[in-house]
Amino acid sequence: MISADIQTVMPEIILAVYAMLALFAAVYTTKDKMAPLLTWLTSGLFVVLAFWISGGHGTVTAFDGMYNNDGFSRFAKVLILLSTAAVLLMSEGYMQRRGLLRFEYPILVALSVVGMMVMVSAGDLMALYMGLELQSLALYVVASLRRDSLKSTEAGLKYFVLGALSSGLLLYGASLTYGFAGTTLFSGIMASTADGVSLGMLFGVVFMLAGFAFKISAAPFHMWTPDVYEGSPTPVTAFFATAPKVAAMALFARVVHDAFGGIVSEWQQIVAFLAVISMFLGAIAAIGQRDIKRLMAYSSIAHMGFALMGLAAGTVFGVQAMLIYMAIYVTMNVGTFAFILSMEKDGRPVTDIRSLKSLSKKQPLRALVLLIMMFSLAGVPPMLGFFGKFYVLRAAFDAGLGWLAIAGVVASVIGAFYYLRIVYYVYFGEDTDGLNGKMPKVLWFFAVATSAIVLLAWVPGINLFGIETAAEAAAQTLVN
Amino acid sequence: MIGLEHYLSVAAALFVIGIFGLFLNRKNVIILLMSIELMLLAVNINFVAFSSYLGDMVGQVFTLFVLTVAAAEAAIGLAILVCFFRNRGTIDVEDVNVMKG
Repeated sequence: MISADIQTVMPEIILAVYAMLALFAAVYTTKDKMAPLLTWLTSGLFVVLAFWISGGHGTVTAFDGMYNNDGFSRFAKVLILLSTAAVLLMSEGYMQRRGLLRFEYPILVALSVVGMMVMVSAGDLMALYMGLELQSLALYVVASLRRDSLKSTEAGLKYFVLGALSSGLLLYGASLTYGFAGTTLFSGIMASTADGVSLGMLFGVVFMLAGFAFKISAAPFHMWTPDVYEGSPTPVTAFFATAPKVAAMALFARVVHDAFGGIVSEWQQIVAFLAVISMFLGAIAAIGQRDIKRLMAYSSIAHMGFALMGLAAGTVFGVQAMLIYMAIYVTMNVGTFAFILSMEKDGRPVTDIRSLKSLSKKQPLRALVLLIMMFSLAGVPPMLGFFGKFYVLRAAFDAGLGWLAIAGVVASVIGAFYYLRIVYYVYFGEDTDGLNGKMPKVLWFFAVATSAIVLLAWVPGINLFGIETAAEAAAQTLVN
Repeated sequence: MIGLEHYLSVAAALFVIGIFGLFLNRKNVIILLMSIELMLLAVNINFVAFSSYLGDMVGQVFTLFVLTVAAAEAAIGLAILVCFFRNRGTIDVEDVNVMKG
């Protein structure tokens, strides 16, 4: 029934209507003066929607199977909404100080979040494509938000061209899949692969996976990531590093399990290949980087490799490990970007990691926060990041991909080098006139809160804050 | 008689031309936008051909969605390009190089 269908997509509708009303309100009244208010309102709405969505249970499909509201999509949506709310709150102060806070920013972010929510719930190639494009189109604009800066517009242009290429690849794959399966519904595609898979369908799978790999910035489709991360304004980079990655990864998992769950052996090799290349490229290419935003770009490539490792297992536990990994990755990135957003020298933002030298002597607490985040990103036990790696390695090992798990361990050891170099600079670097200026209160709050989460997650009573069981329930609704 | 495979071959050829246009073009960003458009239109041929072959309307519905999104995409691409031109004063592909990876 239509009314029941509408009920299912109510959160998305509310958010889309909110974005349009906010646009009207801002355009016809005070324009950019409204931006701080809109930013707070938008993140407030995200938090409310996240709580609403997390209260749902059971599996509901709407619009004849085109749209799923199941445990998996709810897990991803809560993660997307909460991380975006955190990033918006962190960006408000930074953008205000730089005169960057335009009212379009929270609205575009809200629209891209609608796209992400559609992506993770898609049950049909059409819903998938529309969600993906809504997200991407908003992100292209956000990347070039600082429109008088050459770097920012260049980042937007590069992101646009390569993003459009990836959409094209994805779409070509979707057209082949449609042609050889005879339907665009994931359940129909699944049924059509029951008795073997045709060559055309295989081409479709490969093209679609290539398109997804672009979106999650897995190597060898990563080349846009460092430039876009470096060129975009830092709050936008923080946004790129969190919610869109979760959405694209969840979509990846949804497609390979819901649509191609019958032919695991066909895509397992591809995903494992993407995982290995991403982990090593992310670990090795980051060593030469001096810009912390570029460094975080390579770091995210490596982390996507680890998350893909969980997916490559092709099991329920693999999806669970991937979800846990993404939740942990997002937490760590929120904390790290809270620090990066506060990197200033004489009121101007700096991104060179050499400016961090001997920070511990000037501001020991701030240095400690960075130390915790870097150790966690590197995967040093007992920090949170270690548990993410532990889960995906175990998933790969259990699925008989021992070589992949070993490659992952080697890559994470190589990758530890550049995280630890930052810690070295902070604690043992020679005295230079590096960062000065205080950390704003909001950033302090997020940095300290994520550090506490990262430090305390292993305590027996806390047990990863219940993420483990939630991820398990989510994974079970996806894989069957 | 023109069959399904002919349409698919044409679409595949156009798609490949589009990809090569993106990677081999060293002149002008506008040509990149044209290449992207070519890729999406090749996909549309695929969808319509399959739709007619299968006797299933979904492919044509998908084509309409793709056309709409392609239009929005071109608008955003041109807008970003105009901003870039204002800052850089040129739209040569070789000059999109302030950041190097």
